[in-house]
Amino acid sequence: MSFLRLLSRNRLALAGLIVMSVVVLLALLTPILPLPDPDVTNTAERFKKPFSERALLGTDHLGRDLASRLMWGTRLSLAVGFAAAVAAATIGAAIGVIAGFYGGRVDNVIMRGVDMLMGFPYILLALAIVAALGPGLLNALIAVAAVNIPFFARNIRGVTVGIAHKEFVDAARLCGMSNARIIITEVVPNVVPVIVIAMSTTIGWMILETAGLSFLGLGSQPPQADLGSMLGEARSALITNPHTSVVPGAMILVIVMAINLLGDGVRDALDPRLKSGALSRPMPTTMVRRTDPVPQPEGDGILSLRNLQTQFHVKDRIYKAVGGVDLSVRPGECLGIIGESGSGKSVTALSIMGLVASPPGVITGGAVHYKGEDLIGAPYETLRHLRGDRVAYIFQDPLATLHPLYTVGAQLIEAIQSHHRTSTSEARARAIELLKSVRIPNAEARVDNYPHEMSGGMRQRVGIAMALANDPEVIIADEPTTALDVTVQAQILALLDDLRRERGLAIIFITHDFGVVAQLCDRVAVMYAGRIVEEGPTDAILNAPAHPYTARLMACVPELGQGRRQLAAIPGLPPVVDKLPAGCAFADRCPKAASACRSGDIDLGPFGPARKIRCIDPEIPVQEATA
Amino acid sequence: MSAALKLTDLSKTFPVGKRLFGAPKAGVKAVQPLSLTVEQGETLGIVGESGCGKSTLARMLVGLLPPTTGQIEIDGAPLDNADPATFGQKIQYVFQDPISSLNPRKTIRQIMDAPLRHLHGMDAKARTARIAEIFAAVNLREEFLDRYPHEFSGGQAQRIGIARALAADARILILDEPVSALDVSVQAQVLNLLADLKQKFGLTYIFISHDLAVVEAVSDRVAVLYFGSVVEVGPADQVFAAPRHPYTRLLADSAPVVGRALAAPEAKETELPDPLNPPEGCAFRARCPRATEVCAGAVPSLEVQSDSVSAACFHPLADTD
Ligand SMILES: Nc1ncnc2c1ncn2[C@@H]1O[C@H](COP(=O)(O)OP(=O)(O)OP(=O)(O)O)[C@@H](O)[C@H]1O
Ligand code: SF4
Ligand code: SF4
Ligand SMILES: [Mg+2]
Repeated sequence: MSFLRLLSRNRLALAGLIVMSVVVLLALLTPILPLPDPDVTNTAERFKKPFSERALLGTDHLGRDLASRLMWGTRLSLAVGFAAAVAAATIGAAIGVIAGFYGGRVDNVIMRGVDMLMGFPYILLALAIVAALGPGLLNALIAVAAVNIPFFARNIRGVTVGIAHKEFVDAARLCGMSNARIIITEVVPNVVPVIVIAMSTTIGWMILETAGLSFLGLGSQPPQADLGSMLGEARSALITNPHTSVVPGAMILVIVMAINLLGDGVRDALDPRLKSGALSRPMPTTMVRRTDPVPQPEGDGILSLRNLQTQFHVKDRIYKAVGGVDLSVRPGECLGIIGESGSGKSVTALSIMGLVASPPGVITGGAVHYKGEDLIGAPYETLRHLRGDRVAYIFQDPLATLHPLYTVGAQLIEAIQSHHRTSTSEARARAIELLKSVRIPNAEARVDNYPHEMSGGMRQRVGIAMALANDPEVIIADEPTTALDVTVQAQILALLDDLRRERGLAIIFITHDFGVVAQLCDRVAVMYAGRIVEEGPTDAILNAPAHPYTARLMACVPELGQGRRQLAAIPGLPPVVDKLPAGCAFADRCPKAASACRSGDIDLGPFGPARKIRCIDPEIPVQEATA
Repeated sequence: MSAALKLTDLSKTFPVGKRLFGAPKAGVKAVQPLSLTVEQGETLGIVGESGCGKSTLARMLVGLLPPTTGQIEIDGAPLDNADPATFGQKIQYVFQDPISSLNPRKTIRQIMDAPLRHLHGMDAKARTARIAEIFAAVNLREEFLDRYPHEFSGGQAQRIGIARALAADARILILDEPVSALDVSVQAQVLNLLADLKQKFGLTYIFISHDLAVVEAVSDRVAVLYFGSVVEVGPADQVFAAPRHPYTRLLADSAPVVGRALAAPEAKETELPDPLNPPEGCAFRARCPRATEVCAGAVPSLEVQSDSVSAACFHPLADTD
C-alpha cells in the first residue's frame, strides 16, 4: 500500500505504470479480440494504408493485417522479454547468492567466470550464442538471458556478501540450520527486493535486445510476428510504405519508455531513504518557523541557547526532538550535556549552527545567541562564515568528517583556506603545527597520510585538529570519544582539557558517560525527552543529584572499583517524542510521581544558588544543593 | 565435577593476502595460543581494547570459526568438529548488535522456532509451550511473537536475542558485548535479567566487554586480553583494584571514574602493535613504563602471582606500586 503510494507520487512512473498496464492488458486479451489471423497472407491487399477498411493499421508487404500482427507481436515480445528477464534474474541471482554466501575460492572462481563474460561486448556475445545454437525465438531468448546473467550475478553477489556477514546469519548457524536452509530462509528473502529492482530496471532493455535479434532475423522466424521481426520485414519498404515500420517501432518505443520510467519509479519507491520522507534535497541550513517572539540575549555566555525548540515533521507526525532548551557557555568553560539515546542531545547541538537536515527538521522557536547575535534564521552566508571558523564541531565518527580520498594534510589545508586567505605552503605549515598540537607523533610525515592509514584514535585527533584549524572560540563535541578505547579516550579528554585552559575555548561536550562528565566538565545539563531536567555545577550534581531521573540514571551505571553487585535499573523506556505526556515526561518511570506531576508543564526552576531543576519533588532538600 | 569449559592452547591465525590457489602470503595471529578454564556456574569476564581478539575468541568458542590450533572441552568432553549445530546445544552466543542479530524479514516466532526445531526437533505444540516458558523467563510478552524485529527497541531486541540463546538449552552462554549497544538505563535491566537467568537455569557465562566497570560488576573472574594473549586473569574484585600487569593498570587508570581527576595516564603513542609484524618479546613493551631488556628477549608466560591472580609479565606490579 505505502509502496503504491510512493510510486504514485512519481508522476512519470505513474504514467509508465498506466501505459504498461494497458499494453499488458491488450496483450493478454489478444486471443479473444476479434482480430484477423496475423499470419494469413493476401497479396492482393498488400501495403494498405492505415485507417483503411478492414485494416485499422493497414497491411504489410504480404497483405497481413498490421493491427493483428502488432497485437500478437507485442504479446510475443513481452512474453519473451519477461521470460528472459526472469531467467536471467533467477540464474544470475542464484550464482550471485552462492558466490557471495560461500566467499573465498568459490566466489573467486565464479566471479572470474562472470568477469570474463562481462568482458565481451554483449551484443557480440548474444550474436555468438545465437550463431552457435542456430536462429529461433527460443535461442534468442537464451542468448538475451545469458548476456544479462553477469549483471544480476554481480549485483546480487554484492548484496549477499553484506547479508552473509550479518549477525543473524551466524545466529541461524548456531540454531543448527544447514547452509542450504540459511540461504533459502535467511539470505534470499533479504535479496529479493534487490532482484526486483534490478529486474524492473533491465526488463525494458531485454525486450529491446530480443527485438534486435529478431530484427536481424535471428529471433522469431516467419511467419510468426514479434516486434523485432516486424520491423525487420518492413525494412525494405521503409521509404515507400513507412507505416509498416512506424507501427512496430512506435510500440517498441512506448513499451521500453514505459517500462524504464516504471522501473525507475519502483527503484525509488523501494529505496528506504524515501520512506522516511527525505525525498527532496536538504536545504543548506535548517528551516526556521518561529511564531513566538524571539528571546533577547541574556547573561555573559559567548554562546547561549534560549528556549530552543527543534521538531521533525515526518508525514503527519511531529517529533519534538528539542522542546525548549536553555544553555549557556562561557569562554574557557566546559559544559556537559548528558542523556540517553534519543534525548535530543545531538539535535540540540546541530540546531546551533543550523545543521539539522531540513526537511524534516524545523526550528520552531527560541534563539541561539553568539556574542549577542541571533544565529537562528541568520542568512546562510553568515552561518557558513561562522561554521568551522568561530564555532567548530567534532563528531563521534571521525571517518564521517574526513574524506577518504584526500590526505589529512590536504583536508586541513582546505579547512584553513576556506576561511582565511593564505598561501598553500603557509597553510601546510599550519596543518603540521595543528597535528603537533593534538600530539600526533611525527606530524611532518603523518600530514601526508590518508585517513584509512591512521588508527581510530589518531583520526579522532585529526578531527580535533580540523576543529581547531581556525582557532574557534566554541567547540561543540558530540560524543567524540564514545567509539574509542579507554586508553585513547583518556588521551583525547586530556587534550581537550588542555586546549580549553590554554586557549580559553568554550566547549559543549555531549556524552552519556558520567565518568567523562565528572572529569572534564565544569557544569552539566541532564537531558530527558528533549528537555533539560537538571543543570548546574558538575560536582554538586554528581554528589547530590536532585532530579529523580538523574539520581536513577547514576544508580544504573556501574562504577569501577565497587566490585560485583546488583544494579539499579530504571523500569520502562523513555517516551517517544511525538507523543509526550502532559506534565513531567519522566512521570511514568518515576516512583514519586503524583497527580500534580502530570497535570501541567513543569518549569526548569532555580534550585539553590547555582542549580536548576525541572521537578516538583526533588530528591534532596534545597539546603543540600551546594553539597 | 569437571570444568564447564576448558580451552587448551586455542589459537587463531587469519591468512592475509589470499591467492586463488596455493598458500596465503602471510598470517595474522588474532589469538595466540591460550588456555583458560571456566568453572560450572561461573561468570568469566573478558576485557581488552578493540582489535585484541575478543570476538575472534568468542566466535571460536561457539564454532563459528575453526581454531587454528588447540582444543575446546565442554563438561570434560572435547568438541573436535566445528559443526555449529553440535556446539549450539552446549554453548550459545548473544550478539553485540541486538537488531542486526535478528533477521528483519522473520517474525519473532519464526526466529524463536529455529533453535527448537533444528537443534531439538520439537513439534509445533512443544515449541509453543517452550517459547511461552522462555518468554516468561525473560519478561517478554507473548504478543510480541507475531511482530517483526524493527518494531522493537534495542533493549527488547536484546531480550529476544537472549531468549533465542536460552531456547537452544545450552548451559554456557557467550555474551559478546551484550549491553554496549544499549542505553545505560536499559543496560542495567538487561544485566539484571542475565543475573536472574543464571541463577534460575544454572548457566555459565563468558562476558566480553570493553567496559571495565560493567565487567567488574557482573564477573566472578576477569581475564585481560592484549594483542591476542591473556596478560592477566584473576578474581574480578582484585584484577582492577590491584593490577599485577602494567597493561591492566593502564586500563584501570584510563577508565573515567567520578571523583578522580583527569589525567592522561599514558604519554606515549598508544598504537597497538602491528599484527602483521609482531614485536619480539612482550607485546606491551613499547607502551610499558616498566620494560627492561629482559622484556625484549622473551615472551612472558602467564604465571600465578598472588591471591590466585596470574599475570604474564617479567616485572609484575606489587601492591605497593
Ligand atoms: N532526521 C530525523 N527525522 C526524524 N526524527 C529524528 C531525526 N533525527 C533525530 N530524530 C529524533 O529526534 C530525537 C532526538 O534525537 P538525537 O539524535 O538528538 O538524540 P541523542 O540524544 O543525540 O541520542 P544519542 O545518544 O543516540 O546520540 C529522537 O527521538 C530521534 O528519533
Ligand atoms: S516532577 Fe514528579 S514525576 Fe517528574 S521527576 Fe519530579 S517527582 Fe518524578
Ligand atoms: S613483561 Fe616487561 S614489557 Fe611486558 S608488561 Fe611486563 S614489564 Fe612491561
Ligand atoms: Mg547523538
